[in-house]
Parts: sequence; C-alpha cells; structure tokens
Amino acid sequence: MNIDPLHYDVLIVGAGGAGLRAALAAAEEGARVAVLSKSLLGKAHTVMAEGGIAAALGNLDPYDSFDTHFYDTMKAGHFLNNYRMVSLYTQEAPDRVLELETWGAVFDRTEDGRIMQRPFGAHSFRRLAHVGDSTGKELIRTLEYKILATKRVDVYPEVITTRLFLDDNGRAAGAFCYQRDDGRFLIFSAHAVIMASGGWGRVYKVSSNSWESTGDGAAISFRAGAELMDMEMVQFHPTGMVWPPGVRGILVTEGVRGEGGLLFNSQNERFMLRYDPERKELSARDVVSRSIFREVQAGRGTPHGGAWLDISHKGPAYIKRKLPTMYEQFLKLADLDITRERFEVAPTTHYTMGGLRVEAETGATNIEGLYACGETAAGLHGGNRLGGNSLGDLLVFGRRAGLAAAAYAARRPGTSSLSYSSIEEERRRVLAPFAIESGENPYLIHAQLQQLMSTYAGIMRSGTSLTDGLGHLERLSERANRMSADGGLHFNPGWGLVFDVQNMLTLARAILTGARERRESRGAHWRTDYPDEDPEEGRRNIVQTLGPDGRIKVRDEPVPEMPPDLRRLFDDPVSPGVKRQREEASRARGSEGA
Amino acid sequence: MHDSLSHPSLSHQEPPHQTKAATERYFWIEPVLVGAALALFVLYSLWEVFFQVHGRYHNYLSPYFSPDLGRWLKIPVFPALWVAWVPLLFRASCYYYRREYYRAWFGSPPACAVPDRRTRYTGETRPPMVWTYFHRFFFYLSTVVVVFLWVDALHGFDFGGRFGIGLGSLLLLVDAALLSLYTFSCHAFRHLAGGNLNCYRCKPRRPRARYHLWRVISRLNQHHGLYAWISMFWVWGTAVYVRLLILGLIRDPRLLR
Amino acid sequence: MTEDGFRGREVPIWIFRGDGLSGEERQYMVELSPGMVVLDAVLYVQQHEAPDLAVRWNCKAAHCGSCGAEVNGRPRLLCKTRMDDYMRRNEAVHVGPMKTFPVIRDLVPDIRKNYEIARRIPPFTPAHPAPFQLWPEDVERLKEFRRCIECFLCQDVCHVLRDHHRLDHYMGPRFMLKLAELDMHPLDTRDRTPYVRREGGVDWCNVTRCCSDVCPEAIAITENAIIPLKERVADRYFDPIRDFWRGRSRRPAPEPPEK
Repeated sequence: MNIDPLHYDVLIVGAGGAGLRAALAAAEEGARVAVLSKSLLGKAHTVMAEGGIAAALGNLDPYDSFDTHFYDTMKAGHFLNNYRMVSLYTQEAPDRVLELETWGAVFDRTEDGRIMQRPFGAHSFRRLAHVGDSTGKELIRTLEYKILATKRVDVYPEVITTRLFLDDNGRAAGAFCYQRDDGRFLIFSAHAVIMASGGWGRVYKVSSNSWESTGDGAAISFRAGAELMDMEMVQFHPTGMVWPPGVRGILVTEGVRGEGGLLFNSQNERFMLRYDPERKELSARDVVSRSIFREVQAGRGTPHGGAWLDISHKGPAYIKRKLPTMYEQFLKLADLDITRERFEVAPTTHYTMGGLRVEAETGATNIEGLYACGETAAGLHGGNRLGGNSLGDLLVFGRRAGLAAAAYAARRPGTSSLSYSSIEEERRRVLAPFAIESGENPYLIHAQLQQLMSTYAGIMRSGTSLTDGLGHLERLSERANRMSADGGLHFNPGWGLVFDVQNMLTLARAILTGARERRESRGAHWRTDYPDEDPEEGRRNIVQTLGPDGRIKVRDEPVPEMPPDLRRLFDDPVSPGVKRQREEASRARGSEGA
Repeated sequence: MHDSLSHPSLSHQEPPHQTKAATERYFWIEPVLVGAALALFVLYSLWEVFFQVHGRYHNYLSPYFSPDLGRWLKIPVFPALWVAWVPLLFRASCYYYRREYYRAWFGSPPACAVPDRRTRYTGETRPPMVWTYFHRFFFYLSTVVVVFLWVDALHGFDFGGRFGIGLGSLLLLVDAALLSLYTFSCHAFRHLAGGNLNCYRCKPRRPRARYHLWRVISRLNQHHGLYAWISMFWVWGTAVYVRLLILGLIRDPRLLR
Repeated sequence: MTEDGFRGREVPIWIFRGDGLSGEERQYMVELSPGMVVLDAVLYVQQHEAPDLAVRWNCKAAHCGSCGAEVNGRPRLLCKTRMDDYMRRNEAVHVGPMKTFPVIRDLVPDIRKNYEIARRIPPFTPAHPAPFQLWPEDVERLKEFRRCIECFLCQDVCHVLRDHHRLDHYMGPRFMLKLAELDMHPLDTRDRTPYVRREGGVDWCNVTRCCSDVCPEAIAITENAIIPLKERVADRYFDPIRDFWRGRSRRPAPEPPEK
C-alpha cells in the first residue's frame, strides 16, 4: 500500500463556504493548502442556504449598525454566545459581503444601485444581503470560481476523512482519508488542520441537511481530544416541507416569512399573534418552531402535522421574482402553486449551534495546530442562531481560521511526523467493515439513530427522555460496532456510511449528554421538566471531552463576560439602532411641534 | 486543483451499456415534418424565382417580387431573383431556422439526446456555415425589403385610384405585418438594439431607451420561432394566391368596393 | 396531488450497475409512495437491496445539481423526476449514468474535466474593489446565468460533446453560460470575445438548443448566452461596417494571451 503522505502547510476538512474561505485566506498568506471535499466542489450544504447574509451594511436602514446587529445576535442566542465572536462577526460581516461582490457575486440591488437587504426573523432592520432565495448558491459558486483561479490550493473532491492524526507532542499533524471514486487511501500531513466540515443535522430524522452533514470534522476532532461545547443546542427551523414524504424536512426559506408569509393553524388562526405579538411570524426561530410544535400538540395541526404558511396574498409576479426557488420547488415536488395556495410546514432540524470549542479571534481549538470554523465551531450563535448569521459566520471565521492556520503553519518548524503504526491501525479500521460477515446494515442503524434522536432529544426534551435516549444509544452503539459493508472499494456509499454513522453516534451521545446537563430551557433547548430560563445555568457553557476510556467528561466553562459598555446595551428593551431611530423620530416630531 | 483530476484508472471510452433511448420513440416525427415543410418551401420559392417572369396581378404584387427590382432595373431574366435572395438568406442564416434545419436535414442531432447522424461535424467553424455570422447584414437588407412590402401592401388597396378591399389586399397586409414581426424579433437586432451593451445605467448619460428597446425586442424574440413559421406559411400562401390569380385559376373576392 | 393513486404499489426499476469497462441494467423492486421521485426510488434500492449502489446526491431539492443522470435516455435531475409521471404513462423506468462522461461506477460519472475547464477561464476582473454601484437593470441578465447549479446536464446532452467528443475544442454550454456572465458583467474589464471564440470554441455550437431543453433551472442557455456571444463574435470578426463606424482606434487593445 502506498502510504507516502501528501504534505501541505494547511489541510482543510470541508469545502463549504467556511472551508473555501479559509483556503483563500491561507493561500493569500502564502501557505500551500489542501481542501478535502466530501462531495464535488460547489455542492456542499452551503448551497442550500437560501435567505441571505446578515451584515449591517445599512443600505436600506441607515440606523442599522454593528452594535445593533450585536444586540440582535446576543439576544437571539440567549446570551450563551461568546460575545467576542459576535462582536468580531458583526463588525467584519459587511467587509466580507463586499469582498464577495469583488469576486463576482451578484446580489439583488436597490433602486440606487446598492446591495439590497431583506428583513428576517428577529433582526431589527432589513439586513440580509441576498440573491433571490438562493444566496448560498451564489456564495459557494463565487468562492468555487475564486478557488479554481487560486494557485497553491488543491481541492480533493469526494474524499472521506476518517481520522485526525496528532504528532508526538499532541499537535495536529495530518489526516487519514480515502477517495470515494476508487477507494484509494490518502494520507495527509500538514502543519495546521482546519475543521470546516459543517454540522450534523443528519442525526435527526426530519432534517433540512444533505447526506453529508454528519459532523465528520467535529467527531474525529473530538476523538482526537478536542472539546465540544453547547452540543445541546440544535436548531429546528420552523418551516420545513411536510408533504409528500420524499421531501419531508426540506427547507422552506425564512425568506417566505421575510417577504410577508403568514402562519395559520388548522382553525385559520394566525397563532403567532398569540406567542409573540411584537414580532409575530418574524420572531426568532426557536420561538416560531416551538409555537408550531405546540399548535400541533394541541390538535390544531394541518393534515400532515404542521402549520399553514401562506404567501399567496403577495401576488404571483412578486413571489416568482423574490422566491423563485420556492415556487419551483413546491410546483415540481409537491404539485402545489404557492402563488395561489397555502402550504404545510413543520419544524425541521436545520443547524447545530454547538461544536468544537474555539478561540474567538483565530478559531484555534484546545489541540495545538487544530482550528475550526463555520458550523463545526461553537460560540457565535449561543442558544439559537439568527437567520442569515450562518453565511456571514462562514466568511468571517473562515477567513480568520485560514489566516491563523497559515500563520501557525509558517511558525511551526520541520515537517509534521506521522507515526506509521497509527496510519496502519487506521487503514485496518477503515477496511474492517468488509471483513465482518453478516453484520449490521449501516442504513438501518442510521435510521434507528435518527428515530431515537427525534424521539428522545427532539425539539422537546426532558431529563427522563434524555436518560432513556442515552440508554438506547448505548445499545445501538454496541450493535453499530458490527456494521459491515458489501461490494468493492469503488464509490461504495454503504461503506462510507459506516464512518458517517460512527461519527453521528459520537455526536448524538454528546447532544444527549449536553442536553441532560443543561437543566433549564434556553433558546433551542426546551426541557419540559425545566420550562424556564435559569440565570445560573445561563452563566455556563457545557464543555465535553472524550476520555481515554471512551467516556464523555463534562465540565462547565463560564460564558465570557461582556465588558460594561457592551453589557449596557442590553439595559434597553430595544436595540441601539431602533433606539436611535426612535429618538430621531421624536426629535423630528418635537421640532415640528415647535 | 490536484492531479487526481485526470483519473488514470478510468478508460475514457464510451460506457459499454446505456439505458435505452426509448422514451421519445416518436422523436423522428418532428424532424420529418419540419424537414418536409422547409424543403417544400424552398422548392416552391425556387420555382417562383426561376420559372416565373412576373408577379403582378393588377394592384397586387406577389411577395417574391416585392420590391420589383428586376423590372425597375430592366433586367429581363429572373426578375424575382434580385430581391428574393435577401429574405431567403435572412431565413437561411436565422438562429431559429438553423436549429430546425440542423435537426431536420442534417440530423445534428435529430432530437435531444438522440445520436447525431453525422460522424464528421465541424459546427459553424468553417464555410459555408461560418457565414451565418453575417446574419445581421441580411437583417439590414430585410428591413429595406419590409418597407417595400408595406408600400406594396398599401398598393393592394388601390384599385385604379379608388380605395377598395379584396381578399388579396388583406393577405398582403397581414403578410407585411407578419414579416415585420419576424424581422424585428431577430436575434441580431436584439443584439444591436441593446444586447451588445454591458451596462444600461452605469454610465450616467447613457440613454435608458436602449435598455427598454432591448427589453421589448427580447420579449418579441422569445416568439421568434413562432413568427418564423407563421410568416413563412403566410408568404407562401399569399404567393400561391397571387400566382393563382395571375394564372386565372381563381378570382379575387372583393370585400369592399 | 395524486395523493394515493400509486401508493404502496411495488414497481420495477432498472438501474445500470457497472463501471467504465462493463456493466448491465439490473431490475429492482420499489415500493411507491406519494410524490416519489426517481432519486427516492434509487435510495430505496440502496437501503433495501444494494447498499453499494453508487449514486451522487446532496440536497434532494434541485439546488445542488449533484444527481444528474439519464432516465429513459433523457438527461434529468433524479431528485426532480417524478415516478408517477412514468407510472401514469405506463412506462418502465430505466436509470443510467450521464452518457457523455466516463462512468466511475453505476450512476456516478467522472465529471472532473468540467472543473478543469472551469479552472482555465480567466476570473472576474473588476476595475476596482466593491462596493459597486450596480443597478437592477444591469444585473438582471446576469442573474439568470448565475442560477446555474452545475449539474452538467447541458454538457451531457450537447451533441458536440456527447457524440463528437469535442471537449478539447468546445467548452460546452455550461461554460458558454459562464463566459457570457463574465463578459456581460458591467464591471468586468477583460476583453473576452477572442477567448470566447478561440478557447471557448463558440463556433462549434450549432444552436440546436438541447442544452436549454434539459436545463433544470430553465436557463435559456442558447438564447441568452450562446447567441449573444456569437453576436459579439460577429461584432468583432464579421462586421467591417461596424469597424468603419467605430474607427479602429476605439477598439479595446487586444489582451495579452492567457497563460
């Protein structure tokens, strides 16, 4: 077997928005970069992001500013966020958006020729730079072509990463991978490794995520000793498709509500007026999801267990212009014309706020030389992510991680040494599924895991359900040890799924453990036995590490304390921008009166 | 990107087995009908041009002879030829007709995802097909012809100095209208009207008129194929009608005297 | 909706199994469910009968363009092709890989050559960095081009590539679209017409419009990208009158050849 490692300065696991942005940043610093893509270039889950990129450009609402965006993000995250990340994010996001434009992205425009911004749930102002309802596609396509034109970046398409290697000093040193098309093993050695492999929404049954979102980067880093944080925080997007069964969970963009869509229950009541009379349909995602869930629980759900979403009052021309993808998606997949009819929606697993614990400025993890960014990293979104903040997250922290990793790689002397025995050990492990006779079917284990997680750690949890879930997961994991693969090495999805399922089992355990540990309801985490926020609980992030014995160790990490000037922003019930706007308005009224 | 892009283990020959191209079992119907219609039209046109010396019946002028350049210039042979080549080459180089005859006559391809009938293919890289790039010149000339068509169509209402309407007058009028639609929905015109600009508003003094013109032409252009067919059959029909009048085989019904 | 018309019925589906060297269609049985698409059926087979059945897919909602294949000989996105359309016509469903590209395995083709072409195209080159002032009228045309999901069905159906294997001469519809997008961008400073003709090979296209026919995003590739590019080529190489009017001095200076 050929085990000559491929050497790079920076190795990036994941070719979504975060991975590609990190690669560009690292290459700009002169590093030689390898990007490992689980599917083809430009197909990563980023492509599915629809609504837009939240950045306080203030093109439509001049009162918008980074402190207002900061306020909105912290508040939506229920103050579990790392305020330093939020502050960096809100300050840098506008530059990152403009940079995309320089690279060729074509955003929707205002009448005076600037980037158009749309309103979104729990944002104080119209803030999301967007391209119809396919902003993610625009983002990844732009980065894709930028990467293709960048020297020093090698993209390895359709590569599965199964293990992170550390050197003798405990520093990240490389990774073990195989190519999907021919099953060839690839060993990478690198001075710095960035995990940008996205989230793990596929842990749940109803999910808006593509098959790739199995949390590979987070799981293999966790196994190598990295810390996971806020794992209990899984975002359920309020509006996923419900019917027909084949499309269950596929996302219906928040843009539908942003553009004026209204939610109704089976009794034609606009129930959001009851749950959040202030922001109504455009409340934070956790609130809207829970509201729909409660309506269904109370027997006021639609025929297939959801709520009605209605945008038809906006007229066909407007809908087709602003939401072309949604129009097409329903027409083709559900035989339904959203310009004329309302349609069913229900919460769907969408985003994992938790992930690898990182340093705000650099994305550095507790393992030296290992960085994380994007959905794989935790901290920016806290207890609930604001719509539009993920695309910005990819760009801001992708760049930061890329810069930091390149700088670290340049500092680090010599080549990273990989131990032959660990490579050999991993090679045997990766091939093992073929040797197991009449083993477990990974598709079945996956389906059972999804069922388990949806039942015991779904949108609504309790201490008992989580403990039960952990018990079931234990038994499932035991069976999963005997997952087997048929066929050959060439493009064998069944074989690949074995590792996906292993990763998901690891992360599912962390979700259950974290959720059991957080004894309160906060953001996306809703415990029936602790229905309220607990200020004490809100002061800690739950951090998990994997012990050498394979047991998870849980510890508390205090949520970083905001400095007084930022803290003071929250003394007001409204965001700084809205406050300024109101003051201005009242001054104007005052001068009129005089 | 990385070198594994060019994959060594894969043979670049055709996959040995493919699913049957069975769905569109009747894919050949369209090219056969189109091919026959176009061929008949060309044959009829050649007959008009090379075997007929005049196209006038009192105040009606057959579209093949409009404008009657051959008579003005007193060229005794093939009077229609001196004009008819313009619309014929305009159609032959038209982006829509190209689609139709490449599919129908050359089988390149006969229909989508159906194997190309030709083994040697050079597309539009060499003569004569590369000359289709001169399409716009035929457009320019066609606009001149269209003006005369309108003039002759109006003559069709002039019955010896008195206004009247015959069936022929109406045919000629509609003919001029349809040919105008076909001519001004042309791809080359769409380009010249505004498609060649990269920005419509970014230069402050650039007239927005170009943008609006381009928009209108673009909308018409979406139906260019439809106009191509209707106008072709209408010209054909009108020419046959006038020919039959000249040959004395039918009489022109007068609708208004 | 055909709510329950075909629910629960077991129907056969023929799927190509094999690699670049050999292979055959095999029959599998699939249980129909409402609104089922061909990708659902293929994944059903994968889960129940053939775990190693190779197929590319990601989003299952026609956003990513991964699942291009041929259903009954016609290039399609598997996630957008409904089973009941075939059932209603009483037609058997045959699924095979895209024909134009070498097969890796089963339904998975090797489409890396497309990315090699993508890498060759000179990138967007604005005169100055953003913020740009760009009006809705000016981006309207580009938006259609940027809808492309890179499923490469157009490359698959294009007879220049499919039957004549001329990828070395003609970049194919996807990249004509890309070139049109770059060339029509109000702020791009490159003169791309010579590139479109020489490297792009736009002359090879004979405007038969199959690429537009199969495009799942309904982009009018031929009408709005290829024909305008051809007209730009005509401007440059086939229009002496225009040259005369504009005066040769006002023509943009020819660009140094790309690497």
